[in-house]
Amino acid sequence: MDILSLFVVIPVLTVFAIMFAKNLEQTRWISATGMLIQLGLAAFLVFSYLHERNLGNTAQWLFTYDIVWFSSLNIHYTVGVDGISVAMIALTSIVVFAGIFASWEMKYLSREFFISLILLASGVFGFFISLDLFTMFLFYEVAVIPMYLLIGIWGSGPKEYSAMKLTLMLMGGSALIMVGLLGIYFNSDPTGAMNFTFNLNEIAERGIPIEAQRFFFPMTFLGFGVLGALFPFHTWSPDGHASAPTAVSMLHAGVLMKLGGYGAFRVAIYLMPQAAHEQAWIFIILTAVSVVYGAFGAVVQKDLKYINAYSSVSHCGLVLFAILMMNQTALNGAVIQMISHGLMTALFFALIGMIYGRTHTRLINEMGGLMKIIPFLGVVYVIAGLASLGLPGLSGFVAEMTIFVGAYQHPDTFHRVVTIMATTSIVVTAVYILRVVGILLLGPVRNEHHLHLSDAVWWERLSTLTLLVSIAAIGIAPLWLSDMINFSLKPIVERIVAIL
Amino acid sequence: MTNYSYTLLIPLIPLAIFLITGLAGHKFKPIVSGLTGTMGLTIAAFLSYTTAIRYFFIDGPANGMYPQIKAVSTVWLRFTDTLHIDLGILIDPISVMMLVVVTTVSLMAHIYSLGYMKGERGFARFYSFLSLFSFSMLGLVLATNIFQMYIFWELVGVSSFLLIGFYYEKPSAVAASKKAFIVTRFADLGFLIGILMLSFTTNTFDFITLTSTSGPIIAAPAGAAFVGISVVSWALILVFIGGAGKSAMFPLHIWLPDAMEGPTPVSALIHAATMVVAGVYLVARLFPAYALAAPDALHVVAWVGGFSSLFAAVIAITQIDIKRVLAFSTMSQIGYMMMALGVSGYGDHEGLGYMASMFHLFTHAMFKALLFLGAGSIIHAVHSNNMTDMGGLRKYLPITHITFLIACLTIAGIPPLSGFWSKDEILAAALHHNPALFAIGIGVAGLTAFYMFRLYYNVFWGQERHYHHTPHESPLVMTIPLMFLAFAAVFSGFLPFSHLVTSDLKTFETHTDLAVAIPSVLIALVGIGVATVMYRKPNSLPDRVSSSIKGLYTASFRKFWIDEVYQFVTKKIIFSGVSRPIAWFDRHVIDDTMNAVGWLVVTTSERIKGFQSGQVQQYAAVFVSSVVLLVLVFVYLFSN
Repeated sequence: MDILSLFVVIPVLTVFAIMFAKNLEQTRWISATGMLIQLGLAAFLVFSYLHERNLGNTAQWLFTYDIVWFSSLNIHYTVGVDGISVAMIALTSIVVFAGIFASWEMKYLSREFFISLILLASGVFGFFISLDLFTMFLFYEVAVIPMYLLIGIWGSGPKEYSAMKLTLMLMGGSALIMVGLLGIYFNSDPTGAMNFTFNLNEIAERGIPIEAQRFFFPMTFLGFGVLGALFPFHTWSPDGHASAPTAVSMLHAGVLMKLGGYGAFRVAIYLMPQAAHEQAWIFIILTAVSVVYGAFGAVVQKDLKYINAYSSVSHCGLVLFAILMMNQTALNGAVIQMISHGLMTALFFALIGMIYGRTHTRLINEMGGLMKIIPFLGVVYVIAGLASLGLPGLSGFVAEMTIFVGAYQHPDTFHRVVTIMATTSIVVTAVYILRVVGILLLGPVRNEHHLHLSDAVWWERLSTLTLLVSIAAIGIAPLWLSDMINFSLKPIVERIVAIL
Repeated sequence: MTNYSYTLLIPLIPLAIFLITGLAGHKFKPIVSGLTGTMGLTIAAFLSYTTAIRYFFIDGPANGMYPQIKAVSTVWLRFTDTLHIDLGILIDPISVMMLVVVTTVSLMAHIYSLGYMKGERGFARFYSFLSLFSFSMLGLVLATNIFQMYIFWELVGVSSFLLIGFYYEKPSAVAASKKAFIVTRFADLGFLIGILMLSFTTNTFDFITLTSTSGPIIAAPAGAAFVGISVVSWALILVFIGGAGKSAMFPLHIWLPDAMEGPTPVSALIHAATMVVAGVYLVARLFPAYALAAPDALHVVAWVGGFSSLFAAVIAITQIDIKRVLAFSTMSQIGYMMMALGVSGYGDHEGLGYMASMFHLFTHAMFKALLFLGAGSIIHAVHSNNMTDMGGLRKYLPITHITFLIACLTIAGIPPLSGFWSKDEILAAALHHNPALFAIGIGVAGLTAFYMFRLYYNVFWGQERHYHHTPHESPLVMTIPLMFLAFAAVFSGFLPFSHLVTSDLKTFETHTDLAVAIPSVLIALVGIGVATVMYRKPNSLPDRVSSSIKGLYTASFRKFWIDEVYQFVTKKIIFSGVSRPIAWFDRHVIDDTMNAVGWLVVTTSERIKGFQSGQVQQYAAVFVSSVVLLVLVFVYLFSN
């Protein structure tokens, strides 16, 4: 079997193994083992990918594998990775691994919980390795649907409402994507021989007629944009995250939202560059609004999860913003931002879950001075906050600066003006991060019941440190990641430039 | 040419110590962290002195010009083929000078804190943050390109944030640290946009290229203009905003007085001698670009500097918290340095202002650090920051008293102490280029002498207070740094700066201009004299003076209400005016629209679900009546 399919097979095998688990202890150890193998495999994939590149392999896709699945419609199971998908796979395995440990104490229906969680992960992995639009969409749905159960059953607060809202809005997005994909499929043969294909590369080489692009680009972009929390279709995010259990928030904001950005880039921009070029300005305005609006929205929230959800709207808005800039540097920044935000937000949700587990509240003004009581969680929270506000040495800085510099290199004034608008978010981000840190962690202890809380235990430390080390590693030595992504972006951007 | 790659150790030693004490500091006794940090800084300082001696005196200028050497350089992040962030070390006169300043003051603060912070909770944390700051500041001064500077710029910002908020259980310290970070972040936004604009016009981040007289800015300034000012000027003005934020120039100075919430050695190191002069250093770094390609931007620098120095001096007169007096004095002196850069030209004797600014930066670092550490020693003795709780301390704190007096005389500009020489050059430069700013400078000199001696007399003379326990002199570990810095404050004025640090890297000759020196010394003496009359012995004169100019006094005492403006902007505009409506809009307009869509679907299906009742009679009735209706319609249609 090829290495990439293993990324789908291992989670599925883990799910089967969990079915035979007798108790919580066994369930979580099976899950942890499965995801540890997955993490190891991802590390192996990164190394073998870089090794291949060092050997001079310049093919666009590596480790490809292709098998006909449904011949009459020309549907294949085609997998392959480039630097971008390798990076996304690495991100996913890190977040899933940390997520397992963050839900170590999930006592209610634990088997079912871990099964849904890992099933979701398998969908995400499948999405990132797919090169066939049909298979890609299939995995996309596999990833989105367990979310409903995870929030609806294991959530808190108005969980049915939130789960329904999230699922319906994302399904609305899926509907748009499906129409878009079918539109692409039926326009994938400009010769008129009805020789249609779902294969990403073939479509890109053949090109789609501009009339079809004009119609299907906004559909696909919007569809993926909903998942990427594009203003004004982002309101599922605060409610959904607030109700979701810790690991689900981590996975959802950390990984699932990235399917939006990734899909928008791989499908909408890559396959329909002319329409993207024509219509980008509308979406650039929407995303620039997302960036600033999300940040301001976060300033006044009282619930930790809402703060992080609005912060995600801002940061993910920056991803889509950068994608629409359609130049190599900005796109590179978009991918790094996806990874950086994925790690940061997963870390935030993990910490919020851990703090909630102790204080039983997420309202910041009911807490205070926690730094002194739970120093480990406090310090990690501060570092996560600093990463979020773009401190050099942590991943957020690398991503944001790449995006800003890239976006500002556009020759026309419009792109540069919106870039300046988007940069203002760095100040607002500092405001809301420091506000939370100041109220939650610093100052005197406000609630005396909190005086005897215990600090993080080993699985919590493992979960948070995994994410923290990744954030710092990217922030300190970003060059290998950035070069890996750049190498894969180059042919794509060159093709786009040649078409325009 | 000497190989300077060993200078890499200078920033890396503090970094290593930060990591070690930060991660494992709690495993040892606190003093271990303190001593490790101090030892590391001693090595770094030694290496810096070696570098300075080599660079200035052993190697010296080659062909009459000091070389700019990239000792180390490695690509850290690549944006495009031409735009990449390098991390490296640039050795040139100003960076070598700053190495000496930063490591000296940092070392003194390290030694001093061994006594000052003794027994504090978080002693190890304090030292680990000090190391982080030293690393960041050294990385900043050694930067080879503007983006590296921005990186370390942010890192010194966060170190400052951590150290101001060192007593994190104290709400005022938390508020002050937050304010410092956010105000400087706002300024950094300007810096960042400036960098983006420069990178777009010039396609490089590299300092040597940016400031080269044959480089893209100076030799071929881009023609495009906006509101009559060229793009390069706008970019440099924006970069200057970043510098103004860090260097506490009006109106971005509001964080500096509050930053005094931090431990006093921190105020000495970060908020007096090193980080706050980063803005001056930034302008000096890009000086050829300012002077030759963007004279408009340089005018902004000059006037902002001049105004800030006057503004801060006026406020310093009425403050009663000794650290705040010193904070405003710092702002005022930095305004001097900015003004000196602003009035300077490029090359040879024209560049007098540039040289004077760097000279003053150097001497100011020494005497202001001395003042702050002295203030720390006073606070240590009486456990209060307010001069109303002090008086007659000269017999209890003899060493602190003498060193503090030396520092006061130095900042007042009394010859032959170092402050006189550097201030004299600034005023001389101002006189030749901008008489209005020269007048401001002279006025500030008088005010400075007055408020420093007001402080001095109130603390060491004046009315003796009733102390809970007799104040006693600080331990040797605190007084040795005072004596060292006093020595530096006295003698650093004799350094031949015009042979060392100049705008075009070439040396030139200066001579004392009596037309400047005499009035500046006279006005300083007047300031000291007035302060002596008013404050040496307790009398009613200060009260009578302040009540006779009540309005002005209150305005100065309330710091011209700039803090209230800040409160208004943050609380009323950003919080209530923008964020709250946005949050409301999001919940009640956007989200309710989504809910309304959901409601519409549910209601519609509720209404029409009756059709799917499963009752055959009902279906038959609908079927038959529809057929009848259709037949009637068709009959009607076809009968016409």
